[in-house]
Amino acid sequence: MTTAVLLRTTRRRRTARALLVTAALAGAVATLFVVTMMVGSFRLSAGEVIASVLHLRDEPSVDFVVRGLRLPTALSALTVGLALGASGTIFQQLLRNPLASPDFVGITSGASLAAVFGIVLLQAGGLVVSGLALGGALLAALLMYVLAWRDGVSGYRFILIGIGVAVFFEGMTGYVLTRAQLFEARQAMHWLTGSVGQASGSELRLLSIALAVLLPLAVLLQRQLRALELGDDAARALGTRTELSRAGLLAVAVTLVALAVAVAGPIIFVALVAGPIADRLLGPAGGGVLPAALAGAALLLTADLVAVHLMPTPLPTGVVTGAVGAPYLLWLLATTNRQGAGG
Amino acid sequence: MSVSVQTSRRATALGPGLVVLGAVLAVVAFLSITMGSRSIGLGEVLRALGSLDDDGSIGSTVTLEMRVPRTLLGILVGAALGVAGAILQGVTRNPLADAGIMGINSGAAAFVVTAVTVLGLRGVEVYIWFAFAGAIAALVLVYAIASLGREGATPVKLALAGAAIAAGFGSLTTGIVMTNVDALNELRFWQVGSLAGRYAPILIGVAPFLIAGLIASLAFGRSLNGLALGEDVARGLGQRVGLTRAAAFGVVALLAGGATAACGPIIFVGLVVPHIARFLCGPDYRWILPYSMLLSPIVLLLADVLGRVVTAPDELQVGVVLGVVGAPVFVGIVRYGRLSEA
Repeated sequence: MTTAVLLRTTRRRRTARALLVTAALAGAVATLFVVTMMVGSFRLSAGEVIASVLHLRDEPSVDFVVRGLRLPTALSALTVGLALGASGTIFQQLLRNPLASPDFVGITSGASLAAVFGIVLLQAGGLVVSGLALGGALLAALLMYVLAWRDGVSGYRFILIGIGVAVFFEGMTGYVLTRAQLFEARQAMHWLTGSVGQASGSELRLLSIALAVLLPLAVLLQRQLRALELGDDAARALGTRTELSRAGLLAVAVTLVALAVAVAGPIIFVALVAGPIADRLLGPAGGGVLPAALAGAALLLTADLVAVHLMPTPLPTGVVTGAVGAPYLLWLLATTNRQGAGG
Repeated sequence: MSVSVQTSRRATALGPGLVVLGAVLAVVAFLSITMGSRSIGLGEVLRALGSLDDDGSIGSTVTLEMRVPRTLLGILVGAALGVAGAILQGVTRNPLADAGIMGINSGAAAFVVTAVTVLGLRGVEVYIWFAFAGAIAALVLVYAIASLGREGATPVKLALAGAAIAAGFGSLTTGIVMTNVDALNELRFWQVGSLAGRYAPILIGVAPFLIAGLIASLAFGRSLNGLALGEDVARGLGQRVGLTRAAAFGVVALLAGGATAACGPIIFVGLVVPHIARFLCGPDYRWILPYSMLLSPIVLLLADVLGRVVTAPDELQVGVVLGVVGAPVFVGIVRYGRLSEA
């Protein structure tokens, strides 16, 4: 066999695997999405749930439970998971660092400070807190970009600036928390844990629209992401306008994570872990934004199921994302031992 | 030729730099003993230090039983966290690695909470050993899981395993704390990340581990330099990569485990100070390690003194001061300093 044929078969096998894994992940997400709406004190069948969501049948009692009570939570778990997964993998690839998820480089901590400030000092709640979190995240991202800019943005400097910004915001958050009354402090702690159950309709709608626009955009920009990962010079040689694509990708990732935090609070670990999990499932075809987004959604939907239905008392989702995601990632790390796939 | 000239020039500047830092540390330690939320005359402090005997006056009690142990603990813990951070960043080749991301803090917290809820134990003197055990357990787990598979404990796998262990233990802790008020109450005191209230017994408890770890760490400069060039080059240079990594994790367990057990999670020092050391002395770990060892206690003690003085008679936690004052300074250094890629 000639090299050309070999190359072609490898590439075809890789594409087939990518398609298969993406389809399997999408199937898992769809199943989990329906299952979260089936279980609870009032059990429903899959058919009833699907019929009600798609407005195929009119049964007031079922519609009330599904559309009124369970759909908002399930939808917020789905959209927040998609957004966190996509933005996490974009950050990790853009900064070429597996730990560089938005949790660690300052964006989430900007949102946390703004939200805690609102809860403790302004006694705010609901939409105001979400708005503050959104503003805080965007402000933190802008601050980091401006501070890291020096004839372009290098990944390493961006990470260091991100660490500094994160530590600063965390210090301020700690200060505000120590000065708070007990009641507001507890409320703030609850928000900081993050939960998909706290979303309201208007924030959710905003996130859904943003996802519908930005997720396809991110998939389109994926080719640029691959090029940028090779290093700036190589990317430029491949015809990428490096600074423009990087700014565009960052803007997409920041908007997604900011909206996700505004909807559900800073749920840790999803953005960090979705990309690596998807990559290990994909093997050599790793790096896709869509599989990572789906992995994030699957993780968050599972976490929501566990937090609400398997625990003795319902817990905020953020408490269990670590307990659900960590063993899975560790198992993947331990078993994927093929060269190049284990990282 | 030119390389060796450059190295020796660098060494002639960096050697005296260490002496200067040592002097600065002495000054900061003196400040830490003489200044505090209760103002005690300088003469009284010096008299207490001179006699080393508690004569029952408030001044001598505060000085000898609170400020001196607190300062010594600050020096040891600061040095330990800084060196542990530098080693972790070297081994994982990741500027984001620190005791928090590698699961040490959350492992320690999970064990403290378990000690409270399951065994019903109370008191800081008991917790530190559980925290120590938790930190070591987390590191052992991280290393063991990352070394499974054919290529062993690569930097990426170490970093991801660390993050996963941190999140897992974090979930466990939050879950217990949210359902058990006692545990929350006890954890709060350990978790503030502070030098306050941690006096002689704790100092004596953890000091042997920290000192042993600090001495051992100085032997790692050359091998971390090798690892920084990449695994293959390090192996080509005759290094036993797996052994180096395992030994480095052992030292980190002593240093970060002991420090976290004594003072709770203090994030800034282990994460940021190694970067400042790297700005000062370039990518050579034979210099980064001693510089981290001296810079970290300076930063930690300064923040502690500042926290005691600014809002006296209240105290501001070290973590808050480090974040609010230290982080902007660090951002300034990164923004305007020369950048030497890790």
